[in-house]
Amino acid sequence: MDKIAIDATDKEIILATQAGLELVREPYKQVAQQLGLSTSAVLERMKAMLEGGVIRRIGVIPNHYALGYRSNGMTVWDIADDQILTLGQKIGNLPFVSHCYERPRHPPQWTYNLFAMVHAKTREGVEQQAAEIQTILGDNCRAHDILYSTRILKKTGLRFANQNDQNSKRE
Amino acid sequence: MDQIDRDIINALQGGFPITEHPFAQAGQGLELGEDDLIARIEAMLADNTLTRFGPLYNADTMGGAVTLCAMSVPEKDFEQVANMVNSFDEVAHNYERSHELNMWFVVGAGTRQEIDAVLHAIEQAAGLEVHDMPKTSEFFIGLRFEA
Repeated sequence: MDKIAIDATDKEIILATQAGLELVREPYKQVAQQLGLSTSAVLERMKAMLEGGVIRRIGVIPNHYALGYRSNGMTVWDIADDQILTLGQKIGNLPFVSHCYERPRHPPQWTYNLFAMVHAKTREGVEQQAAEIQTILGDNCRAHDILYSTRILKKTGLRFANQNDQNSKRE
Repeated sequence: MDQIDRDIINALQGGFPITEHPFAQAGQGLELGEDDLIARIEAMLADNTLTRFGPLYNADTMGGAVTLCAMSVPEKDFEQVANMVNSFDEVAHNYERSHELNMWFVVGAGTRQEIDAVLHAIEQAAGLEVHDMPKTSEFFIGLRFEA
């Protein structure tokens, strides 16, 4: 995805909204007042950030465990390098894939170059999703595996830090 | 959670309007008034059905660096190595996974140099190789959870 340039005002908007929008009738006006901007400036900048991919989307972010999606699998695939951009896009577009990346191989321990995180209500569901991915990849997939998380050891999340406050990037 | 809550979750995982009265606009398709929609979202945040409401930003755009790392940690050392890895503020997530490479963690920092320093420190402390797998391409995400 091509990146658009963001300036200092955009960064202020990001910092003011990354934890969420206020649940008021005019949430963007609230952001504008907080930052000393006009509402129309906030609206225009956020529209531009959405169109440019700085904002992936705006809306509700469900707790997938609360919705019953208790099984997640990191599916990993060894794809011919000259096919990965086309195939990666197809896999990323699947509705059950939450992250989809090309990453470097580390042979001999690690020969996979495409990572797709999938979410289902059961482990059987994860296996079905992996089978669906395998069908799409067909002969272009040389090997694959599914790594299940057996334990969360740490989960604090990435947060953008204010530039004056580099040490506060954790949740 | 009732059918209206499900409809909100299914309809609003993206596409929340950027307008002066976005709740009024978003509520139209759901046949909900703006105050009702606000109250519903508020309640679902309070009972943890939703983790967040608002924009989801692309982590690349603030100029920071992120990588995914994997290590093969002997079982007898696992807890000790996990504690050591987790002690770094730059480590955002860490998961035990079912593979010979059994520890997978995400490292984020302001610059790639800072990440290199953290990975080096972890390798030294653990006496184990850290496989550094920064993404080389990212593919558009179509994820929607169905409620």
